[in-house]
Order: sequence, then C-alpha cells, then structure tokens
Amino acid sequence: MARKLAINRLRDRRPLDEAAIDRFIARETIPIVEGERCTFCFRGEADEVWVRHRVVGIPDPVPMRRLPGLSLWYAVLDLPAGSRVEYQIETRRGEHYERFNDPLNDKVAHSPVGSSSVCHATGYLTPDWTQPDPDARPGELHDLVLPSRALRRETLTRVYLPARFRQTRRYPLLVVHDGDDYLRFAAMQTVLDNLIHRLDLAETVVAFTNPADRLVEYPHHAGHARFIVSELVPHLEQTLPLMGTPSGRCLMGASFGAVASLTTAYRNPRTFSSLVLQSGSFVFTDIGEDHGGGEAFDPVVKFMNRYRARPTRVTDRMFMSCGVYEPLITANRSMVPVFEQTGMHVRYVEARDGHSWEDWRDRLRDGLSWIFPGPQKFVYE
Amino acid sequence: MTVVLLGPQRRPSLHGLVTSMGWEGPFATITAGWQERELADAELDEHLGGRSHNLSLWHRMQQVFEADPQYAAAHRQRRADLLEMQDLYVHGLRHTMAALIELNDRTEGSITLRHMAIDDAIAIMRGLDSQHMRRVAEVQQAFYDAYPPHERESVQGHRAEVARILADCSAVVITGGHVVELLDALHLFNVAPAGVEQRPVVAWSAGAMVLTSHVVLFGDHAVRGPGCPEVFDRGLGLLPGIVALPSASQRLELHDRFRMSVLSRRFAPDLSLPLDPGTRIVCERGKPLAAGIRLIGADGTVTTGGEDGAQAGDQPPA
Repeated sequence: MARKLAINRLRDRRPLDEAAIDRFIARETIPIVEGERCTFCFRGEADEVWVRHRVVGIPDPVPMRRLPGLSLWYAVLDLPAGSRVEYQIETRRGEHYERFNDPLNDKVAHSPVGSSSVCHATGYLTPDWTQPDPDARPGELHDLVLPSRALRRETLTRVYLPARFRQTRRYPLLVVHDGDDYLRFAAMQTVLDNLIHRLDLAETVVAFTNPADRLVEYPHHAGHARFIVSELVPHLEQTLPLMGTPSGRCLMGASFGAVASLTTAYRNPRTFSSLVLQSGSFVFTDIGEDHGGGEAFDPVVKFMNRYRARPTRVTDRMFMSCGVYEPLITANRSMVPVFEQTGMHVRYVEARDGHSWEDWRDRLRDGLSWIFPGPQKFVYE
Repeated sequence: MTVVLLGPQRRPSLHGLVTSMGWEGPFATITAGWQERELADAELDEHLGGRSHNLSLWHRMQQVFEADPQYAAAHRQRRADLLEMQDLYVHGLRHTMAALIELNDRTEGSITLRHMAIDDAIAIMRGLDSQHMRRVAEVQQAFYDAYPPHERESVQGHRAEVARILADCSAVVITGGHVVELLDALHLFNVAPAGVEQRPVVAWSAGAMVLTSHVVLFGDHAVRGPGCPEVFDRGLGLLPGIVALPSASQRLELHDRFRMSVLSRRFAPDLSLPLDPGTRIVCERGKPLAAGIRLIGADGTVTTGGEDGAQAGDQPPA
C-alpha cells in the first residue's frame, strides 16, 4: 500500500497545532515531491491562497486548502516525472491581492519580467553542464557597438570568443537573439564554456545581439534582417577568423527571437545553413484573424499564415524545441511537418517545461551540439 | 620490431611496461594529439625516467603554418574538404545502419532471407568505406603533389631536426588526444620513415589508432546518440589488420551484440580490438598476435583470440 502523503500524515496528527506545523516546515523540502505528486504549501494569514502558474492543462489558479484553524495552506498537483514548473503564490486579504515567490522554496528562476519559484518534479535534474565547471577554460565576451543604418540606431552585441581562440583557425558563427537575456537567464556563457570543454560543441564564435524593442524588431522586420545579414555578419566576418560560409552560420532565438531567426532566414535563404528555434511564437490561424495573441502577434500571424500557405526552404537544418506546458506547443508541433515538407532537416525535441529561460537553457546542449558538433569523435585520450 | 598497444593511461602503466621490456631509452615522445598542451609532458617524462625527448610536432606544425601562409591555407582547405567528404560519407553510413537495425528488428518472415539482407547491407557499408578511403587518398595525393612538404623551406628544417632526435632515441612513445591533429603532424614531418618504423613503439588511445592502416572513428555515447563507426584516413600502417578501439567499454555500446557484430564483420578480416584501461598488447610486426587478446567477435561479443592465426601485419585491409 502506498505511503500517505506527508501533508496527509500531518493532517492525521494529534494534537495538530502550530508547533507541529513548525516541525513539518522545518523537516520537509517545499514543494514536497512524492513520486509524481507535489504538495505546495503556504503559511500565513489570508482569506484565500492560490498557486499561480502557466502550465497548459492544469487550471490556473489552483486554490490552496487551509488546515482548519491553522496557518498552513496546501495544494497537491500531479506533475509527471521530469517536469519543471515555475509558479508563484497569490493571496487575498479582503480586497487586497498579492503575488509573490514561494517563501518556503529557495529555488528561483529569473527572466526579463521578474522571477518565479520553481518546482523540480521527480526525475528532473538540473543538467551539470549548465553549472560552472572549474576545469572548463572560460571564453571571453567583448562588447561590439555597431551603428546600424538598417535599424537607425546604435546596436550592442556581445561577442563570445572561445577559450584558446586563435587567429589561424576558422570558426563557425552563431548569432543569438535576445543575447543579454540568454547570457543572464540561460547561463549561456557557462554552457558554451562547458560544452566546448567537453567536446560536445565545436569552438564557436557567438554574437549575442540585443533588440531595442523586440516586439517591433523581431516579428518579420525588414530592418532587423538587413542589420543581421548586411551589417553584423559581414562586420564579424571581416574582423574575426570565421568560416564565412552558410554551413558556418547559424541563427538562434527563443519565442519572438525564434520568429526573428526564422524570418531573417526566410528573407535571406541560403545565408544560414542552420537555425535553432526555441519555443517559437509561431502563432497562426487556419481561418479568420482571431489568434488571441494580441496586437504584438499580428505581424507574426500574418507571416506564419503566408508561410504555411507556401512553405519554402529557408535553411538546411533546423533544431526546434518547445515545452509541453506552454501554450505554443500546438503551434510548434504543427510547424514541424510544414518545415519538413520543404526538405529542411528538422530535429524537434519537447520537454516537460514551460515558456522559460531555464527550459531553453536545458535544451542548449541538444541544439548546439547538433548544429555545430564538437570534436568528440576525433579525441581519444 | 615490437609495438605495444596500451589502454588509456589515466592510471599509467607505462613505467611498468618499459621496465619489464628492459627499454632504457632515451625515448622520443609524440604528444601532438594534446595540441596546445603538447609540451605539458612532465608527468610523461617522469614515467619514462626523465629520458624523454618530445618531438614537439604540433608546435612545429603551428610554426610551419605561421611561416608559410600559402601552405597553411592549402592545408586548411584540404582539411575542410575532407571533413565535408566525411559528413557526406557518414550520411550514407547512417542510413545504411538504420536499415540494418530495421532489418534486425523484423520479427516476421524467413530468418535466412533476413540474414542475407543483413549481409548485403554490411557489404554496402564496406563498399562505402572502401570508396571513401579511395576518395580521401585522392585528396591527400593531390595535396601532396601540389604542395610537396619536403620542398617547402618551412618544413625542411623541422624534418631534419625530427629525424636527428629520432636517431638518438631507442624507442618511441605516442600518446592519445586529437587523432586528426596527430595524424597531420605525423605526416607533415614524415616520422614513420624518419625513424619510427625502425624502433619499438608504445602507443595508446589516438596514438594506437594512427599506427593501424585505417583510422576508424567511433563513439556511441555522443549527445546526438549512438553513431556509426566511420573510417577516416590511412594511418601509418605499422600495424595493419587491426582496428584500434580505445576506451571501447566507455565509448561503445559493447552490450549491443548486433551493433558490435556489424562492426566486427564490417571491418573483417581486420581484428576489432577494444583497448580498455589495463590493456597491454605486445605485437611483433608481421607475426601473429599473442593468444588471449580481447577482440570483438563476429557474433558481437567480446571474446579472446589471437592464437588461431590472427596476425597483426599480414591481413589485407577490409
């Protein structure tokens, strides 16, 4: 017979008082992960408490129940093995609503719009290659300020040069959208250092680009594509020892950044031999214009509908990833056969995760090592 | 002439070997596979009793590239062409391997016919291997015809110096590392005829691979999933008839009998030798391998062999 959940054992305890709750909180790691059942807890005075999340398939908000007469609130969710879920707690005191990270959970994920608490369900392990490795020689980041006529502004790109960078070699180039976010929230410099050190990824020069207003510049924006193809890449290829061929160029981005990568390649076919598209905001409609994404998605939907009507080959190889708990999963799944029918080689992976930087971080090894494989097969120590 | 193949030297057995063989040195060491770390060889020197002379082949190669940009550019282009050819060849291999696995997984129909189809697919792989090796040889020949290293001033001095050091050494030690860099350096400075052929050699990992006739790349545990072993280039040919598989237990799915059987049969009559930690295979060039060596058999299991006429040095290449 399966063991009772910790919260139920607590509920059975007599006497059940605040001291028992003190001991419970001190003993357990919150959320409490017991197989695929995860117990979220909140302690404090409130009229109502909820778990707030963005997991498609689980109602949001999830109301928490209170232990009668006591300060502990709880909710139990079924989270399949390998899941990683970002969430917050919401309380109502009278007419006052408040949302905040789980005070009982130290695990926090950051993003440009703030931070969230994280629940690692059973089986989820933070990949070790995302954590600093003292044996991995660090690459260097250099700021590149480039005036752009295409964008009519000054652009800031951080250029990553791998450890042991040499002028006598030729490197592939990876151009990343939302570069500073990838560096800050997806630990991408650490990931690059580690993957190169472990021979999973070829020594690669990476250009971390940054938008002014990503909602304007990323969805099929002519100026953005021109900046990447006619200004940034030529500048980098003139000043650094890069391969300078389509097979040595890759565009990458997440969410709207994936749309920017796709549309830039669409406008410039045969320029980039590969794309890495993470949780692409590939929203489309089959009929009508009601896409539900808001005004920012209008140009995206317009592009995607047109592309779906006449799909064309924009690159040779495309790595796509998406979290199964995010609303974009259907759009991404739908696009795989559309891309494939053009003759592009598509590698598509899903994860039990959401629309988050840590999800994109965790998929970097699969994507990057496929696009620019490291010399592992050549090294026999 | 004696050639000793060792397993990876994370727990070094080199000192014990040279002592038991009665080799006193001095030793010429080739650590070009370590690339930038080539000269970080203090520990190696210690295991050789402080009697080693590093040939510094990788650093010499960099000096050649710096002094001779025309040669460097041509070298880079050749390498890029070869890698592209390798990718295209692997593409064909991958599909053939997928077909093989599909055939093996079939449960209906005649077993005899299925085995015939598997034999045919392995023959296709052997054909791909042979054709690839022919093409690689053509590219190499065209390169050496266009840029004969012995005529390049940037190379001549280094070649003479390497030959001089080799002449003063009684044995050669070749370590592992990046097998392509190692091969390039060995060929550029012509080390086989310059003295390696005439001396006892100890080698492990990539060093063992380059002594064979055909360097076979392999790795079932890459991020991208199990690969398919691929012939890469000619080695020095000091040990023909052998496929050297360093760290096989770590790099290969040895428990997968079908894949291992395909590997063994594909490269037969060459012997597929796992070179795991602790391995020591002492070969006399042209003579049969000693009995009891571990090899991957045609049935895909790791077995012992060597006594039934299996020889290093007299088998025709696959």
